[in-house]
Amino acid sequence: MKILAAMSGGVDSAVAAARAVEAGHEVVGVHLALSRMPGTLRTGSRGCCTVEDSMDAQRAANKIGIPFYVWDFSERFKQDVVDDFIAEYSAGRTPNPCMRCNERIKFAALLEKALALGFDALCTGHYASVEKDTEGNLELHRSVAMAKDQSYVLGVLTEEQLKHSYFPIGKAANKDDIRKEAKQRELSVANKPDSYDICFIPEGDTRDWLSDKIELTPGSIVDMEGEELAKHDGALGYTVGQRKGLNIGRPAKDGKPRYVLEIRPKENVVVVGPEQALTISELSGEKFSWCGKAPKNVVDWFDAEVQVRAHGESHPCKVRVIDGQMVIRPNLPIRGISPGQTAVVYLGARVLGQATIDKTVSAVMEQV
Amino acid sequence: MPVYLDHAATSPIRPSVLAHYSKALEQVGNPASVHSFGQSSRQMLEEAREIIAESVGCDRSEVIFTSGGTESDNLAVKGLYWKRNSEDPKRKLIVTSTAEHAAVLDAVNWLVAAQGAQVHFVPMDQDGVLDLTDFSRVISERASEIALVSLMWANNEIGVVHPITQIAELAKRYSIPVHSDAIAALGHIPVDFRASGLQAMTITGHKIGAPVGVGALILARSEKLTPVLHGGGQERNFRSGTPDAAAASAMALAVKEAVQEQPSKLQLHAKLSEKLISGVREIAPEVKVSSENVARLSNNVHFRFPGCLGDSLLFLMDVNGVSISTGSACAAGVSSPSHVVLSLGADADEAMGTMRITFGHNSTEADVDAFLEAFPKAYEGAKKAGLTRR
Repeated sequence: MKILAAMSGGVDSAVAAARAVEAGHEVVGVHLALSRMPGTLRTGSRGCCTVEDSMDAQRAANKIGIPFYVWDFSERFKQDVVDDFIAEYSAGRTPNPCMRCNERIKFAALLEKALALGFDALCTGHYASVEKDTEGNLELHRSVAMAKDQSYVLGVLTEEQLKHSYFPIGKAANKDDIRKEAKQRELSVANKPDSYDICFIPEGDTRDWLSDKIELTPGSIVDMEGEELAKHDGALGYTVGQRKGLNIGRPAKDGKPRYVLEIRPKENVVVVGPEQALTISELSGEKFSWCGKAPKNVVDWFDAEVQVRAHGESHPCKVRVIDGQMVIRPNLPIRGISPGQTAVVYLGARVLGQATIDKTVSAVMEQV
Repeated sequence: MPVYLDHAATSPIRPSVLAHYSKALEQVGNPASVHSFGQSSRQMLEEAREIIAESVGCDRSEVIFTSGGTESDNLAVKGLYWKRNSEDPKRKLIVTSTAEHAAVLDAVNWLVAAQGAQVHFVPMDQDGVLDLTDFSRVISERASEIALVSLMWANNEIGVVHPITQIAELAKRYSIPVHSDAIAALGHIPVDFRASGLQAMTITGHKIGAPVGVGALILARSEKLTPVLHGGGQERNFRSGTPDAAAASAMALAVKEAVQEQPSKLQLHAKLSEKLISGVREIAPEVKVSSENVARLSNNVHFRFPGCLGDSLLFLMDVNGVSISTGSACAAGVSSPSHVVLSLGADADEAMGTMRITFGHNSTEADVDAFLEAFPKAYEGAKKAGLTRR
């Protein structure tokens, strides 16, 4: 096959590209320039779009012996990921930009371009695997290396995208093996630290980064009864489940810590309350998709598991689709879910689908 | 065999130059040393200077060796500005154009941002032809404020040739020094420093088959500038640092050969360009050929493909063994819209769909044939990729 290997400059995508070559494919490496200022140097270990990362990717491609190019997706990345991130926070939601990037950039814009240019598939260094069921339908499965499993962020992939996805390290037992392999292959990125957090927020402080992009207006932090406990300097940028940085000053009556329960952007209010008020008994979203073939009957409740953050645990649940919404009811209430987050539904190791959460129903309060 | 059609980026070293250079590198001695080794190196350096002087029509003392085009442009622009401005602080204005090479444009921008200089950009039409009416007006109206003029002889990206002699003559009436970056012109059209009336001219070796890392600023003997590099006072005190005699000697041979071959190469390259353009037009009738009907370099063909992505075209041609350029600036390997094409009034989309083919000393018709063989499929793919953009 003709394979386009997306190379971030990290160890995983470098080893993935090398394995694709070894598997006998015709491989071309490409680094996505996502930053508007590609000339900037890396700060800390975050990010995958600095000139140093591009150079790391190039050196790996040289070592592997494949042609290498840099493609500029910065404009689309800004529109589809960064602006979306800002808009979601402005609406009081907590977006997952990595998910958006996979959905709209890597497995959309890049894949479309790759197919147009004559490639058969896109290879990445994700820890997840594409499997076939007994009828030959494609399924996305969790990685064996559970600690590094990245099936969650790939939950947005559709059947058509799975057809053209290739994850050569998806079955690696653990990350150490990949690093060892990179070392054996004399790839200079073998010991490069993992990137983490959000690549376009170099200092890792989302609130600070948002502060000059969203107009923050001071307002109230209130309890569940609506009583004002403190002032905030802008409701946006708080995250549901957040405990630190509330600066309320006086303790709650029960002496227990308070958590952000809800952000109401229209009223510019942050609602806080006890931990148990964070528990959610139902969540739903109208923006959902099936990863591979859709289940036959989705109108009736069926058993599955749900995962609500990248490295979170999965919770047994019931799922159905009604009135154009995917509705998920965890068997036991789960906590700390914010609208904007993505719920990925699993059947065992298989990723079944995902929904961007619009609404949650509190197990304790009325609907929040 | 991969085909190389990007000579404006850099050109392969000439076999004759490679042999000569290898031999020259064996020569020990600092040209400034008094002993016999030094004298031998000095001899090599001065012979190189004479050959270049003869080839480009200047005195040998007017050849100042540098590390290449960027250094020569910086030395000319900053050096002339500093000199003129220090003699007469009213002279703050630099007259140039937005289509200059970055080595001129960024030096000017730096002088504006950090040194209080002012800039006047001579407007161009959509073909990149300079508005000489505007030029002569600014020259006559603001003569006492102008520190220097810097306008390239031929544009490295779109190939348009500027009337340098006319420009120099207009400026001469007001004793304003004119610098011209002649890198793209040398070896492709006649370049005669003396006849041009310029005060300063940039040339470099690696675009005509010499090694990378050696160039020259031709500076009229009557002209003075403030050096950028201070040190041992080599090269008329304008460019300190031990001269690279071997590289200068290699460059001299390349310049000599390039200038000697120039008339015949012009004819060959014109023929190749014609074949290339008509072949591309057959496949892509919607293509625009930049500056097609104005004075231009015969070794340069610059295409604009509406709705097509230049980087996809480059990629598809490259994987099929034909190396061309999008002709635009590059940062961290990312092509950004060309500042030259943008300054001709094209929108960002049009500026992204560009392709530059440049011929050089070893280009042949077989190169064009290989290009035309790879092009149809590449164009089809790049158009499809262009459609995937929103």
